[in-house]
This record gives sequence, structure tokens and C-alpha cells, in this order.
Amino acid sequence: MIDLTPLTRATRWHPAELVFWLLPVAGYFLLQDNLVLLTQIAITALFCLSLDLILGFAGIVSLGHTAFFGIGAYAAGLMAAHGHGDPLLGLLVAGICAAVAGFISSLLVLRGADLTRLMVTLGVAMMLYELANKLTPITGGVDGLQGMEIQPLFGSFAFDMFGKTAYWYAVGVLFVMFVIARRLVHSPFGLSLKGIRQNVGRMPAIGAPVNARLAAVYTIGALYAGIAGALLAQTTQFVALDVLSFNRSAELLLILVLGGSGCLYGALIGTIVFMTAHHFLSDMNPEYWQFWLGLLLVLIVLFARDGVMGGVRRLGALSKGGAKA
Amino acid sequence: MTVIFDGIASGMLLFLISVGLSVTLGLMNFVNLAHGAFAMFGGFVAVTLLNRAGIPFLAALPLAAIGTALLGVLFERTLYRRLYAATHLDQVLFSIGLVFMSIAGAHYLFGPQQQPLTLPTFLQGQINLPGLDMGVYRLFLIVLGLAIAFGLQKMVTGTRFGAQLRASVDNPRTARGMGINVDRIFTLTFALGTGLAGLGGALGVEMLGLDPGFPVKYIVYFLIVVAVGGSGNITGSLIAALILGVFDVAGKYYVPQAGAFVIYAVMVAMLIFRPQGLFGRKAAR
Repeated sequence: MIDLTPLTRATRWHPAELVFWLLPVAGYFLLQDNLVLLTQIAITALFCLSLDLILGFAGIVSLGHTAFFGIGAYAAGLMAAHGHGDPLLGLLVAGICAAVAGFISSLLVLRGADLTRLMVTLGVAMMLYELANKLTPITGGVDGLQGMEIQPLFGSFAFDMFGKTAYWYAVGVLFVMFVIARRLVHSPFGLSLKGIRQNVGRMPAIGAPVNARLAAVYTIGALYAGIAGALLAQTTQFVALDVLSFNRSAELLLILVLGGSGCLYGALIGTIVFMTAHHFLSDMNPEYWQFWLGLLLVLIVLFARDGVMGGVRRLGALSKGGAKA
Repeated sequence: MTVIFDGIASGMLLFLISVGLSVTLGLMNFVNLAHGAFAMFGGFVAVTLLNRAGIPFLAALPLAAIGTALLGVLFERTLYRRLYAATHLDQVLFSIGLVFMSIAGAHYLFGPQQQPLTLPTFLQGQINLPGLDMGVYRLFLIVLGLAIAFGLQKMVTGTRFGAQLRASVDNPRTARGMGINVDRIFTLTFALGTGLAGLGGALGVEMLGLDPGFPVKYIVYFLIVVAVGGSGNITGSLIAALILGVFDVAGKYYVPQAGAFVIYAVMVAMLIFRPQGLFGRKAAR
């Protein structure tokens, strides 16, 4: 009989996690004036979660994850601009579009090794960028997609100008998606992904179909990214060409390594730290924000590879060691 | 004909810039997305020397190359070498960090606008043959590109340094055992690669333009050249760059609405069917 206690214990909700999820509630009451920023944080957190699933858990490197974010944003945007403004329906359709695109491109991405994957993902994202740029009649090109009309959520909560509905909507979707992701990574499927990341050679030997699993998680990651994109489109009622830009992919990678990849809370905390820093730093000095961003990336890679969550874990280990001694 | 000629000229330019990347990425197996930043640095050195110090164009070119090579050595010694053994993801993050810093730095020092560059009079103008208009500067680029390709090929296959480089790349441990100073070889090679990028950047001001967005705008082109040409293969890079240049110019000329889409599609298709490149051999490690 194999002892599964460590695994079941990991599945249970830790008290700290419950406290963490009280943050958005507290944020609503304490930071009424900054709800737009908080909404952005929730959306980016969801997007980052999707990258964490494929990079942190499955180890697939991607430089073009915005492709799915952009597909979701344009899908939801186009739906709303053509009279189908129900937010949840838009979310669903955007997610499905992105997932289909994710599944198709997984066939391409999984063929190569790291380097090829980097370039294929980058290439796919650039192709979509060019496409959205050139299809001006449909996407609005550089000017962005405008004229969206979002109907009230559940038919009763209209999107107000203070962004209250948008905030709860984004946080609610993030929470639901997070719970699903949490179940996913603790499931046998999630464990097999970890196994694949740690030792690709051995997984087929214990009967795990490596490529099918990777394709599945890539599709799921794309679905998550698509939903995040749709959220952005619906809450801002605008889709800029920038949703597909290379900078967004790079920034997302930065957020993930900042928080610590391979850990769901890493994605969330990384986003909170990053977006808050962005908010304050670019207020002071918007033009050179990028410089500090770059410096931060270099420093993380050189000195702090496991991010904030790694630091937390090390602190935890220290205090435990201290308690024993 | 003129389109093909212009395409070849811009291909030569791409070749000059990307051949250095082909060495670091293809042979040393380092994903250096900051290559474009080095090219941009070379461009800015040349522009500054020309416009502010009044140094003639032909003298500014080698200075730009040397300046960039020195910067390359500095970075290789202090930063890059720590990451040779790191994962590709770390290398990507690191070099993206450098790119961001270089963009903001260029912004700070030179502002967001395109940099002006006036060619010397003997490089301006055109030579008109029946059915073919050749810009003198483009002709200059083609001749220079061919000369450098030839020189590099000779160097890698024909000199002691070239042999040591190939040995270090194929099997660093054995090379070290044979008494080759692998670290020094890699530093020199990196310097050569960045120096060429600097030279290419300086030459490219006239055709590609030069503004702080340069490193991101053209990185895909450089990657394509390496991906299609095969790793560390000089002839391969040359041919790939020429093909790319011709297609790019012809595409912009005949089907402007397709934009860069075709180029990306070709790259993705290429990578899927021949991951090792058209003329590639397997990379070390």
C-alpha cells in the first residue's frame, strides 16, 4: 500500500490560502478609488496563471502566450461589437476559440525542443499580430476594436463607470478558474505533468502518454489565457492591438518568474507585486519603467531564480529549522 | 531585377547582423535575444561619431564594430558566461531583460525619433544599367557582405583559431583537455559576433532605420536567418539571409497588404519540417 498522505494533505486548503482570498474583498472596501487597477490585476493574474500551467507545471517554454490572450480578447470583443453582449457567453466563446487555437498550435509546438518551441510560439504570436494589424475592417487594426456593448451580468448587474461590477466579475472568474486549476494540478493529471517536467525520459516507462498530456495542458493553458483576454476586452470595452504584442508575452514571463513558477500562488503574488510596482513606478517615471523592468529580469535570473514564493518557502524552512533547534 | 537587387542588398545586411547570432545561438547554444541590442549599439556609435564628432563614414564603421565588440567582451566576461549552463528559459529572460534596458537607455540618451545619417557623396546615387537600377550604397553593401562572408568562412575552416573554435563547440571538455583555452575562444567568438552585429547595425541605419525599438523590431528577422540557415553555418546563414531579403523586399513591393505575415509563416513552417535548418548540423550539447 502506498502512503498518499502527503498528496492528500497538499490538496487540502491551507488557512493562509483562505486569508489570501479575503484580500480581494478587503481591496474592494479599502481601495475604492483604485478598482480599475485591481481589476487589471485580477485579469493579469488569470493570464499569468495560464502561463504557469504550461511553463511552471509542464515545462513548455513559450514566448508567444499572448497569442491566446489576443484571440480571446478579439473573440469576446467581436461578439460584443456585433450584438451578442452577454458577458458569460462571450467568455465561453472566447475560451473555446483560444482552446481550439491552442490545441492546433500544440501540434506544432510539441514537435520541437526548447529552442524550436521558443521560436514557433514567437512566430505564431507575431503572425497573429500581423493578421490583426492588417485585417483593419474586422479588428480595427492599430486603432483598436471599438463599439462594444456589454449587457448586464446575469441580466441584472450592469457594468458601471466606477468599475464595481467589472471588479467583482473579474475576481469571481479568477477565483473559479483558480479553484479549477488547483484541482487540476493536484489531480493525477497534474502530477503526471510534474513528472514530465522533471524527467521526460522516465514518464513513458510508467505508462504516461507524454505528448497527449502536454497537448492537453497546452490547450487548457490557452483556454485560460483566452478567458483572461475576454475579461480584459469586456471590462475595458476596447481591444487594442497591443493585446498581441511581444512585450506583453515578455512581461508575463517576468511576472511569473518574479512570483515563482511552478506554484499557483506564485502567479498571483507575482502579478500583485508587479502591477503595484508598475503603477507607482510609471507614475513617477513612465518612460524609463522599462529600464527597471529589464534590470529586474536580469537580477532575478542571476540571483533569485525561484522568485517571491521561493523566498517565502526558504523563510518557512528557516523558521521550522529554528523551531527544531 | 531592381527588386531582386534591393532584396539581395537587404539580405546582405541581415546576414552581417545575424551571422554573429548564428554563432552564439547555433554553436554556443545560447539563446541571445539581445543580439539586436548590440546591433543598435553599433548604429548609435556610428551615428554619434558621424554627426557629432564629424568622423568620416568609412572610419566610423570599423569604430562602431570595435566599440560593439568591446561591449560584447565586457558583457560576456561579466554576465553571459554565468549563464552558459543555464536553461534556455533563463537565457531568454536574461536577454529580454537586456533588451528592455537597452531600449530604455537608447530612449534616454537619444530620444524616440529615427536617427539621421547622411552617406558620403561617393556612396550616394545610382548606377543605371538597362533594366537594372543599382543604388551605389546597396552595391557597396553587397560587396562588403560577400567579402566578410568569404573571410569568415576562411577563418572558420582555414585557420588555427577556426579549428579551435570548432573543437570547443563540438566538445568543450575534450577541447579543454587538449590544452585549448575554451573560455578565451568563446569570449573572442562572442566579441566577433557582437562586433559584426555592431557593424551591421551601423551599415543598416540607412536601410533599416535606427530608433530605440530596433532590438525588438528586427529580432524575429535575425532568428529566422539562424533558424533557416542552420546553426553556426556561415554559408547557410548567407543563403538564408539572401532568400529572406529577396522575399521580404519583393513581398513589400508586390503584396504590401500581406505585410510580414508571409515571413513568419515561412519561419514556422521551416522550423516544423526542418528543425535543424536548411543546411544545419546538430548543435553541440
